[in-house]
Amino acid sequence: MNTLTIDTSTIVATVAILNEEKLVGEMIINHQKKHSEKLMIAIDHLLSDGGLSIQDIDVFGIVSGPGSFTGLRIGMATVKGFAQALNKPVVGVSTLESLAMNIPFADGLICPVLDAQRNQTYTGVFHFEDGHLVRDMADSVMEIDDLIAFLKTKNETIYFLGDGLPRFSESLLEGCPGSRIVPNYLNMNRASSAGALVLERALKGETSHYREVEPFYIRPSYAEEHKK
Amino acid sequence: MKILSIETSCDETSVAIVEDGRKILTNRIYSQIDIHQKYGGVVPEIASRNHVTKLPYIIDEALEESQLTLADVDAIGVTNGPGLVGALLIGLSTAKAIAYSLGKPLIGVHHIEGHIAANFLQYPELEPPFLTLVVSGGHSHLVLVEDYQTFKVLGRTIDDAAGEAFDKISRVLGLGYPGGPAIDAAAQNGNPDAIPFPRVLLDKTKYDFSFSGLKSAVLNYLNGKKMKNEDVNPNDVAASFQMAVIEVLVIKTIACAKSIGMKTICMAGGVSCNSLLRQMMGKAATDEGMTLHYPDPILCTDNAAMIGSMAYYNYINGEESDLSLNGIPGLKIGTRQ
Repeated sequence: MNTLTIDTSTIVATVAILNEEKLVGEMIINHQKKHSEKLMIAIDHLLSDGGLSIQDIDVFGIVSGPGSFTGLRIGMATVKGFAQALNKPVVGVSTLESLAMNIPFADGLICPVLDAQRNQTYTGVFHFEDGHLVRDMADSVMEIDDLIAFLKTKNETIYFLGDGLPRFSESLLEGCPGSRIVPNYLNMNRASSAGALVLERALKGETSHYREVEPFYIRPSYAEEHKK
Repeated sequence: MKILSIETSCDETSVAIVEDGRKILTNRIYSQIDIHQKYGGVVPEIASRNHVTKLPYIIDEALEESQLTLADVDAIGVTNGPGLVGALLIGLSTAKAIAYSLGKPLIGVHHIEGHIAANFLQYPELEPPFLTLVVSGGHSHLVLVEDYQTFKVLGRTIDDAAGEAFDKISRVLGLGYPGGPAIDAAAQNGNPDAIPFPRVLLDKTKYDFSFSGLKSAVLNYLNGKKMKNEDVNPNDVAASFQMAVIEVLVIKTIACAKSIGMKTICMAGGVSCNSLLRQMMGKAATDEGMTLHYPDPILCTDNAAMIGSMAYYNYINGEESDLSLNGIPGLKIGTRQ
């Protein structure tokens, strides 16, 4: 089963092709948000370099959120277009669980933090058990201080990763002594990490129809939030 | 040649299939107006959220209505500007993915050129050259269409679009959103000569418009009445305001056509549904021995059929877009990037 997974939820545009045997190929572009211009070209290169065509893809994976609203929609609209044109199923996975998949041998808690602006973070808490990702906190948008207060109750080594680190790492390290920052080359979104989840779920038949799968914004739009 | 086209530049999610640029096989439009009404105007983030959710359904509806499958489609057309960038990117991303999956050409279309092309759908015999008045919520342009690919802007608004002024005045009069149909309806019961609002003609030898001064004049009038505790007849204000806008549009359009010796005039865009505009432009054109064309109201609002028509003419003139095609909010008429 060939899966093509797309992640444009942050500044990173990343695409990966995975099947049961191997990671066929992956592209990670961590430079400027020009997802709309770069995404299809990256997919085209990846497919042709992998000796595949778009018709060879059996399941389309999408990192559905949380993240940049516009970024989420570029990926989602692209995946919906593929799935509709080729009549194939879709698997949506969380940005935060995908990030946690970057560090499968971590021996404590994994806490991805995305910059959600307004001094808030999109975050979740996970750990690995027998090689499988287990969730300890639902994906949420929260104040950084509230996250620290929650993590303090856990009394475990915490591994932080994600694009919220430049803004929050100082308070996180201070608030959670003994915690670790994941090195740069592993702390950004990678479609192969998301793709591993996509493949796992697709093999279990946990797929969605292109009309059902939706971005996972967490937050309502600013206008809805501030409607009198 | 059948083109499936997608339009998501503002708050309409629309998908059409058009044959050879002239024949509409289907033109599905999902309007989000009732969603945005409570905010008094289009909220870009909400528009984008609805586009990404609705677009696959609208594509399926279009295919079902036309009894076609994607395999029957020869190319994909899509609006890539101008418009709300986040909204444009939904149609664009979907269009690219479908075109790539089918191995069919992708054709980017300029939204305003699409509005103009709505006339090709309405009048199968219509050929360029002609002069077009494009008036909508976001645009007020006088465009000379020399041929299917050559558009020359001879006049444009220097401040607000005509439709923007309608929306604003409608809001202050409490007539609701969108303002065009609301003002049009209220004006039916009002006196257009009740209040002498200014006609802003700017330089008489040029064909640019300005509506912000008129807008201020209406607001000042309303404030003055309020200060003096005097009653306002909203129907009279609507009718007088509308007359001031329409007179200017008619004078400028006819003068522009005369100056270039053009006998065929088209109208396009949402404001071209206005009943007074249709009536007065029709009379002025007849008086000058000119022919006036305008599409049915459904083709004046944002719709994908007009994009499908223009996509056809782009394609047969050798224009095909590549996979890096981007959404450009301020795309200029006659340009592609």
